[in-house]
Amino acid sequence: MIHVVAACSSCRAFTGDATQFAVEADTVRRMIDELDRRYPGFGDHIRRRMAIAIDGEIHQDALFAPLKADSEVCLIPRIGGG
Amino acid sequence: MSDVLDRPAAAPLDDGHLKVVGTRPIRPDGADKVTGKAAYGADLALPGMLVGRIKRSPHPHARIVSIDTRRARALPGVKAIVTAADFPDLASEEYEAGESAANLRDLSLNVMARHTALYDGHAVAAVAATSSAIADEAIALITVEYEVLPHVVEVEAAMAPDAPVLHAHMFTEGLAARPDKPSNIAKRNAITRGDLAAAFAEADVIVEDRYVTAAVHQGYIEPHACVASYAADGQCQVWSSSQGQFMIRTYCAKVLDLEASDIRVTPAEIGGGFGGKTTVYLEPVALALSRQSGAPVKLVMTRDEVFRASGPTSASVMHVKLGARSDGTIIAADVVLKFQSGAFPGSPVGAASMTALACYDIPNFSIVGYDVVTNTPKVAAYRAPGAPISAFAVESAVDDLARRLGMDPIALREKNAVRDGVKASYGPTFRNIGYVETLEAIREHPHYAAPLGPNQGRGVAVGFWFNVGGESTAAVNLNEDGSAVVISGNPDIGGSRASMAMMAAEVLGLPIEKVRPIVADTASIGFSMLTGGSRTTFATGMAVTQAAQKIVEDLKRRGALLMDVPVDQVDFVNGAVVCLDPAKGKADLTVAELAEKAAQTGGPIGAQVSLNAQGAGPGFGVHVCDVEVDPETGHVTVLRYTAAQDVGKAIHPSYVEGQIQGGVAQGVGWALNEEYIFDRGGRMENAGFLDYRVPVASDLPMIDTVMVEVANPRHPFGAKGVGEVPIVPPLAAVANAVRGAIGKRMTSLPLSPPKIRAAIDAG
Amino acid sequence: MSKRQHISAVVNGDPVEFLTDPRATLLDALRDDLGLTGSKEGCGSGDCGACSVILDGRLVCSCLVLAVEAEGRRVETIEGLADGSKLHPLQQKFLEHAALQCGFCTPGLLVAAKALLDANPNPTESEARYWLAGNLCRCTGYDKIIRAVMDAAAELRQETV
Repeated sequence: MIHVVAACSSCRAFTGDATQFAVEADTVRRMIDELDRRYPGFGDHIRRRMAIAIDGEIHQDALFAPLKADSEVCLIPRIGGG
Repeated sequence: MSDVLDRPAAAPLDDGHLKVVGTRPIRPDGADKVTGKAAYGADLALPGMLVGRIKRSPHPHARIVSIDTRRARALPGVKAIVTAADFPDLASEEYEAGESAANLRDLSLNVMARHTALYDGHAVAAVAATSSAIADEAIALITVEYEVLPHVVEVEAAMAPDAPVLHAHMFTEGLAARPDKPSNIAKRNAITRGDLAAAFAEADVIVEDRYVTAAVHQGYIEPHACVASYAADGQCQVWSSSQGQFMIRTYCAKVLDLEASDIRVTPAEIGGGFGGKTTVYLEPVALALSRQSGAPVKLVMTRDEVFRASGPTSASVMHVKLGARSDGTIIAADVVLKFQSGAFPGSPVGAASMTALACYDIPNFSIVGYDVVTNTPKVAAYRAPGAPISAFAVESAVDDLARRLGMDPIALREKNAVRDGVKASYGPTFRNIGYVETLEAIREHPHYAAPLGPNQGRGVAVGFWFNVGGESTAAVNLNEDGSAVVISGNPDIGGSRASMAMMAAEVLGLPIEKVRPIVADTASIGFSMLTGGSRTTFATGMAVTQAAQKIVEDLKRRGALLMDVPVDQVDFVNGAVVCLDPAKGKADLTVAELAEKAAQTGGPIGAQVSLNAQGAGPGFGVHVCDVEVDPETGHVTVLRYTAAQDVGKAIHPSYVEGQIQGGVAQGVGWALNEEYIFDRGGRMENAGFLDYRVPVASDLPMIDTVMVEVANPRHPFGAKGVGEVPIVPPLAAVANAVRGAIGKRMTSLPLSPPKIRAAIDAG
Repeated sequence: MSKRQHISAVVNGDPVEFLTDPRATLLDALRDDLGLTGSKEGCGSGDCGACSVILDGRLVCSCLVLAVEAEGRRVETIEGLADGSKLHPLQQKFLEHAALQCGFCTPGLLVAAKALLDANPNPTESEARYWLAGNLCRCTGYDKIIRAVMDAAAELRQETV
């Protein structure tokens, strides 16, 4: 089971009070699909608005990134920069 | 809250015997820059080129009733006039242009106002003419009828229920229920952890204050400039000074509804950007003027236009409340950030929220951010966007907390510091960070123990930036003499050509002089996200390194062919293919020899790598600043400044130091002098370098730097981004030093002499 | 529009002639008429120093000088600082000290530093900082610029001994 954390308020528009999720998935895409099944529309929000930190490493476009069985996946707003 | 992770291996290619990386060669683009030959945005002239000018709104908020261009059109020498009617009316759509998403409708409306002017300086029309004098005259002959509307500049005034609303279609996002009326608050975001109320109830010491910062400009010395040419067959060329030629291409295509493949963008040398050149203002307008006139058009902003119409960063109002145990453990933090975004949504309040507490391991917190539109220029990215602002508030509060606890400010930060294995306030778990090492570097620095005189104070502050990776392309080609060319798609804003060439030279075993780096146009190299977010040395450097490594593999194959030995019996050492079996008596083959014989072994030698780099290591900075305050005038003199930063690995240490020193100088300006001042009519009163005072040489001391190197194992040489972090701590470092000098907490930037005098006078 | 005027001047030691609008600045003439784009326009109001040139031995902002004022006078720009392809010690020291990042302010700073060392071959750090206070640099924090100028001054003093 991977451990998903979505602490920011934009995610809670979809997930209500839940900020942590246990998901069975071996890639980010499958994880997003599963979250979208639980919270309709959340998948699109993640794809368009969120960056994904896998075990502490931030990915801006990580759809096909593999996940380990015990990975921690954190959804955070996308980051730009100067 | 932390568990222990194994210290990672060092960077893959740093074996302790680097020959080029970590040295300080003269930059490859240096000679052109010290002789005046380097060509910046305004330096290009084409045959038949017209001069463009933009007419701008004198009102901060006005309905555009009509625009009459007839008299201007009749002026001899006027070749084109465009207004919003010459641009497609785009739908509201978020679009990824390679870095952060932009709303295309807002982008287009910022380039040219349609129906409503939203800030003083908002473009409403543009002309192209055969001379600048004629263009100026034509601009004066365009008559715009306005219906002036009530305006709002201050962020909290814009949030008030009765504030004039900028966008009737805008309803606050991020609230529990959809609001029933439009608002200037574009968005509310929140990050929370733990039980805040319970934690404050448990705290032994609580500090709390309200903080205010002014809008400041990136202040690049080169105004925005471009030349655009639209040919009869629809093929477009743009030469412009920006942080990303591919970004310019994408935005021009979208704003004008053209095919990206029909636009070729050549990056000029860029005279500073600091985030402010990560969007378009002029390029689509120049292309529209060129399309209408059939001639190339040059558009260059004046300094007044740069201030009034290109992006400052947000003004803000913030509240911070911290609760700690008497031993210094911070157990609660409540942070509210209200950021001005200018005429359209998109302030950096999100990043400011994520960075606000990123240096601290705090179990209970709430960070709430508001993105608020105002009748001021749309903000643009500015170096670690948002982070210096929230750091000013949080680091001021932490300084107050240290005083209340009677603790050393570094000891307090060490006690609450994030470490490997700690879950960052913005979510992920930290790995391979060098924050504690950076704190130690300042604690042990002679500066930290040096005595202070009367009216002097010392301030400490820390800062964090994520650093980013992303999409980059690089090509490396060997010439027939064994020298190499490195081609990338990232404008060189602070010396990246030097670092690209150095990484390639290191891998290829070549002296740096044998490697020439260039920055290519959009038709000559694959896509690369823009130069920003401290990503280029990390991500593009990774592409360059991998391309050079592909060449090394190819050279080994070719060397083995020429030596007539299996490829597993050769290695690449110090710029030559060597046979591992000395018994075979094969002479080494140098890169030059292999390049000369390339035709025999398969033809030209070159490699291109395109990648989407992940694993940028976050950066931390710790700054200490000494000031002296003149009690008579309230003037603050920065006496001494030392900045330590975890840089991963300094590829070219001089330019890493330069990034740190430059960030500090900008931060000191933000702290002491710089601010947008608006009159009651909503017009900027100080749109020039005389009244908008950036630091000059006599304002600053030498800026000492300490480069802490905790390698990022995901970069071939261990590099972390360095450009953003150094602007994060100075605002608070200066304010904390002033607190020490005058015994009073100043909470509103800039710390200008009148404010300090008033604070001293208040006793 | 006013009639263009004919101007003769000496730029970087060479005689030049050009026609100019009486309202045009010396900076405009250098950049647009003479093709000397090394002098930069950062503000157009004499506040940033990117357009610094030496006019009859005096450091000026060329954006504050009218082109017609150059009649019969000597103008030194960044393009004339090196001796052919041999860099001036100031230029060499700027490179060695990494005293530039974007490079946009560099021509003006070099010209201003040249004027400083012409007037005062042995400046203190403080004198150098105040002399160069009219030249804005947004990239470097001035640290490496000041070091480069002091180092070049020392080298030039050696050369003249």
